Amino acid sequence: MYDVVIIGCGIVGAATAFELSKYRLKVGIVERENDVACGTTKANSAIIHAGYDPVPGTLMARLNVRGAALARELCAALDVPYLPCGSLVLGFSPEDQAHLEELYRRGVANGVPDLALLTGDEARALEPNLSPTVTAALLAPTAAICSPWEYGLALAETAVRNGAELQLETAVTGLTPTEEGWRVETNRGVLEARYVVNAAGLEAQTIHEMAASPSFAIHPSRGQYFLLDKSEGGRVGRVIFQCPNEKGKGVLVSPTVHGNLIVGPDAEPVEGDDTSTTSAGLAFVRETALRSVPSVDFRTSIRNFAGVRASTGAKDFIIELSAPHFLDLAGICSPGLSAAPAIGEYAVELLGQAGLALERKEDFQTSRKRVRFREMSPEEKAKLVAEHPAYGRVICRCETVTEGEILDALAGPIPPRSVDGVKRRAGAGLGRCQGGFCGPRVVELLAREQHRSPGDIPQERAGSWLLVRETKGGAR
Amino acid sequence: MKELICIVCPKGCHLKVDEEQDYAVTGNSCPKGTDYGRAELTHPTRVVTSTVRCEGGAYPRCPVKTNGPIPKGDIFAAVSLLDGVTVKAPVQVGQVVVENICGTGVDFVATRNM
Amino acid sequence: MYDLIVLGGGPAGLAGACAAWEAGLRRILIVERDKELGGILNQCIHNGFGLHYFKEELTGPEYAGRFVRMLQDTGVEVRLDTMALEVTPDRKVHMVGKETGYRVEEAKSILLAMGCRERTRGAIAIPGTRPAGIFTAGAAQRYVNMEGWLPGKRVVILGSGDIGLIMARRMTLEGAKVLACVEVMPYSGGLNRNIVQCLHDYDIPLYLSHTVTDIRGRDRVEQVVVSQVDDRRQPIPGTEMVFDCDTLLLSVGLIPENELTRQAGIQIDPRTNGAIVWENMETSLPGVFASGNVAHVHDLVDFVTAESQRAGKAAAQYVQEGPGENQPVLEVKNGDGVTYTVPQHIRPGRVEKACDLFFRVNRVCGPSRILVTSGGAQVAAYSRDYLAPGEMEHIMLPRKLLDGASGTLTVSIEEVASK
Repeated sequence: MYDVVIIGCGIVGAATAFELSKYRLKVGIVERENDVACGTTKANSAIIHAGYDPVPGTLMARLNVRGAALARELCAALDVPYLPCGSLVLGFSPEDQAHLEELYRRGVANGVPDLALLTGDEARALEPNLSPTVTAALLAPTAAICSPWEYGLALAETAVRNGAELQLETAVTGLTPTEEGWRVETNRGVLEARYVVNAAGLEAQTIHEMAASPSFAIHPSRGQYFLLDKSEGGRVGRVIFQCPNEKGKGVLVSPTVHGNLIVGPDAEPVEGDDTSTTSAGLAFVRETALRSVPSVDFRTSIRNFAGVRASTGAKDFIIELSAPHFLDLAGICSPGLSAAPAIGEYAVELLGQAGLALERKEDFQTSRKRVRFREMSPEEKAKLVAEHPAYGRVICRCETVTEGEILDALAGPIPPRSVDGVKRRAGAGLGRCQGGFCGPRVVELLAREQHRSPGDIPQERAGSWLLVRETKGGAR
Repeated sequence: MKELICIVCPKGCHLKVDEEQDYAVTGNSCPKGTDYGRAELTHPTRVVTSTVRCEGGAYPRCPVKTNGPIPKGDIFAAVSLLDGVTVKAPVQVGQVVVENICGTGVDFVATRNM
Repeated sequence: MYDLIVLGGGPAGLAGACAAWEAGLRRILIVERDKELGGILNQCIHNGFGLHYFKEELTGPEYAGRFVRMLQDTGVEVRLDTMALEVTPDRKVHMVGKETGYRVEEAKSILLAMGCRERTRGAIAIPGTRPAGIFTAGAAQRYVNMEGWLPGKRVVILGSGDIGLIMARRMTLEGAKVLACVEVMPYSGGLNRNIVQCLHDYDIPLYLSHTVTDIRGRDRVEQVVVSQVDDRRQPIPGTEMVFDCDTLLLSVGLIPENELTRQAGIQIDPRTNGAIVWENMETSLPGVFASGNVAHVHDLVDFVTAESQRAGKAAAQYVQEGPGENQPVLEVKNGDGVTYTVPQHIRPGRVEKACDLFFRVNRVCGPSRILVTSGGAQVAAYSRDYLAPGEMEHIMLPRKLLDGASGTLTVSIEEVASK
């Protein structure tokens, strides 16, 4: 019998598991995919928003501002790449100017520190590559960027190290109320739980309707992005937003914590988790971004991708007990990444109010550390390689990721099962050649260390097979 | 008259071969083109490259080639002879891996040391 | 302190190191990131290499093997499984290897011979889903030829570069069905002989002026959509063809791998994506040379070898005789019909008998004249029957003609009206 079963291990499920693992509880997490943090969490703008956008008084506003403050501490404690680079919202017209002033007022009401309204020239003094047509800007120094998948992964790993039990490739097929709570039926058997937390992201409506009467609808909204080479990484130093207008909302130009430049997203309703890109969507992103920063060189694109946000059409997150012992954390669209740790805190608070006994663990571990060879000084590198030669073999040339780092990932609390799982943990394949060189070597390491056939190693999800069969009469 | 692109060297000359005139070749810039043009219409041949399984080497496959051209029609039969063949390191360049492919007198030989 | 550190043990590095040894340098180190010498040639198991240099047709591994044997007769030091992480402007090379540890080595001269990498899907923004089954042709080549695994059963190839064509044949011979080779330009990017012996021999259709406009499939590629393009390379609606396949191979261009070069502050030519070089393959950083695919993408390894031998010899001269005196420089410019030239600068005073000049044209041309002019006056002219962007051109500029030029040299193409 689990005290709590969390359905879904994206950033919201992971943050909730992390919070719950601070207490003397038996916590289970079920995740449909073969890895954590691989839905909306892995494909978004990677921004920790300062918190001036949500309407004051909403959950969104409160959890955004609180979450952003927690992110700073958590990313430091859990060794998640995080950079408090600040953000600018650009205005190009008197209407935009009015909108910026409204955002400023909301920010002040939400408790966002150090906001400032700037003229176009003041903005260009901070960011010389901004368009000359920028007439005004809102500066938010507390906005930050992070590695979203590593954030989700770090929270999930830490929960697991503190005793939470993660079951991957486990899809929930039904929920039945019991005397003590819920029977959670999955493709891999039944789990008994006192409380169930619905953190199923795009599937949150489906899960909700297994336990309660319909009360909201998820309208998946897709956003497409360009990721540009590190040669463009310095084009801007801050997250550059635009005011939303009739042409759309939210195309940003931003550095990433990995040193690249990210540009996007558009917003388009789609069915399910359709993360395909379209030439029209990418063209829109390109053109819109050039309004902000005309010199962005799209010829340096190394990847296009799309993420799907779990919008509900409501103006706020849906965080409530919708059935006895059943907590919805639904409709967590933007600023969900920023709010996640505060959502986790709030979820635990609500579960406590619903009768969950919360007794703190004394031996809760909050630190996580991994080797990042590329970021070390020559002296540190020399010492590390002398002690552990595996850190001397570079597997991913573009990102300088070593065999030692990949072996560390394979030995972690949530071992990767796919090539992309290794990418999210160690960074191999993130770079400009997109795994062209290191892909075969990552497959070889996964096969060797996990005693699997190379033919059984997927790119990403189970079913995303890479290799058909051996050549020369080799059977599969 | 048949038009061909010569594959003897990277230059890729555009050849014309006249079947009526004893396969006379024009458009070539060297004598090899004459031989190629004629052969391509009478008995086309190719050098075939592939791999065989290898044990104890740096990689699980060792590259091989036919040590002479074989009839184009024999290519698939030739390659299938390599299925199930395993060489053991050390392997020397030129070492015969499969002899007398399809009765042609041509062998598959290793193209690297393993 | 080494006389010469060579970064990369592929064909360029091997030829450069051998030539520098022959020219008298004795403290030479090759740094190679793979576990063996030979570079990409080891996975290029097809034949067609060496016709110019060895006057016989060799496979990639055989070509590499010959240079490795030549190197064994020298005292050149080799560090395998070792990656250069940084080159500093004062010619220190930071390197790391599992067996060799972290080292910083200093050299009197450096040869950059890191080769190139393949363009990926992200570089050309192919829309659609992002399933498994999209490989660069080179990655597929490594799986098939070295690891012994077939990456797909039904294959479409985008791009008609030589590696893509070669892989069409390789995958076919390993039992896969190659449905189509698709090229956005109205002409092939690969050599004609490869079109014949890799596509025609196996009845694989080549669609010129077509491109991939959608990729479908959630986990693994299930379909690709191919559309015809207009003369501005934009897809024409209504021309879509759908191929049921599990694999898309990309052979859409190569990019010189110049991250170390940029980091060292060496000037890069945006036309070649390689370092700007002088007639002896020296870069803007004195004592640092570049040759092979890191300088500009070649079609034939034989030319990589020849260029690298010149670079190796020049490195030796630099070490033995010093940087030499400043000399007048001719800046080489690409005129009409020409995409780039290598070298980009020529010091006529440093040219012995003649200077090799390589370039590519930007369109397919019939009978043409290659014109070399300086200040409006013709310096030299060469005639060709046929020119194509997929085939690198080479001319020799005699020293005495260069002596008559000043300022800039412009290379351009003038098509001769066919009779």
